Amino acid sequence: MPLVYYLLLSAILFGIGVAGVLLRRNAIVIFMSVELMLNAVNLTFVAFAAHLKNLEGQIFVFFVMVVAAAEVAVGLALIVAIFRVKATVFIDEINLMKW
Amino acid sequence: MAINLQTILFGLFSVVAVGAAMMMILHRNPVYSAIYLIVTLFALAGFYVLLNAPFVASVHVIVYAGAIMVLFLFVIMLLNLKRDPSRERGKVARRAFAVLIVAALLVEIGVLIGGAFLNGNAPVDPPPAAGLAHEGTTFMGSTAIIGKQLFTTYLLPFEIASVLLLVGMIGAVILAKRKLS
Repeated sequence: MPLVYYLLLSAILFGIGVAGVLLRRNAIVIFMSVELMLNAVNLTFVAFAAHLKNLEGQIFVFFVMVVAAAEVAVGLALIVAIFRVKATVFIDEINLMKW
Repeated sequence: MAINLQTILFGLFSVVAVGAAMMMILHRNPVYSAIYLIVTLFALAGFYVLLNAPFVASVHVIVYAGAIMVLFLFVIMLLNLKRDPSRERGKVARRAFAVLIVAALLVEIGVLIGGAFLNGNAPVDPPPAAGLAHEGTTFMGSTAIIGKQLFTTYLLPFEIASVLLLVGMIGAVILAKRKLS
């Protein structure tokens, strides 16, 4: 498959992720949309690695996965902590940072 | 472009990935959203196999579908999120704003990619055997080659990544334990 199809597909997936972040109010679903955006970028990395016959793209994907895993652990712990205080995960009910 | 097995599989995986991603952001129940995201992730693993990266594909399935999504489902089920589904969609103005932003983003990326390729000057030309060229029968994404690179050239980033995971683990434990007052 030509590279351009993979690039367009990952652009579409990234766009869906952005739409999810902007549309949804549930912090957990917003978080899943961020994961989708990370995965769209990973697809670009692997597509370029195959296109350029260079392994570095694939290796970078592993580091993105590590960062995503750490981010999910900390982010979900944050959501649990906020839920304990505010008893909600809907972001328009959480306005701790507004004055 | 000839119709061959790769093309058919690419089309199939694309439809599954995009459709499941749309369902993920549109479904009101977060549990279903998580399950649709898992479907998307499996389709992406299929792309990695098509792109000659079987090790990335297997690690992707293990880490994402096996670990991260299980964590998501645990948290969704831990917090009772059943109430008030009407809050989910947001106001019309906000939705219009989201659609506008996404459309602008997609047009931008599409112009960049499509423009570069339609003019015939692809942004990158595949070098004949540059970079980490491999000899003989070993194919590019094999576990041995990736492991060798990871433990030689990329040893320092690898170790930093393990420290990052440790920090993330400790942070998650502390955040989930202590009550924010």
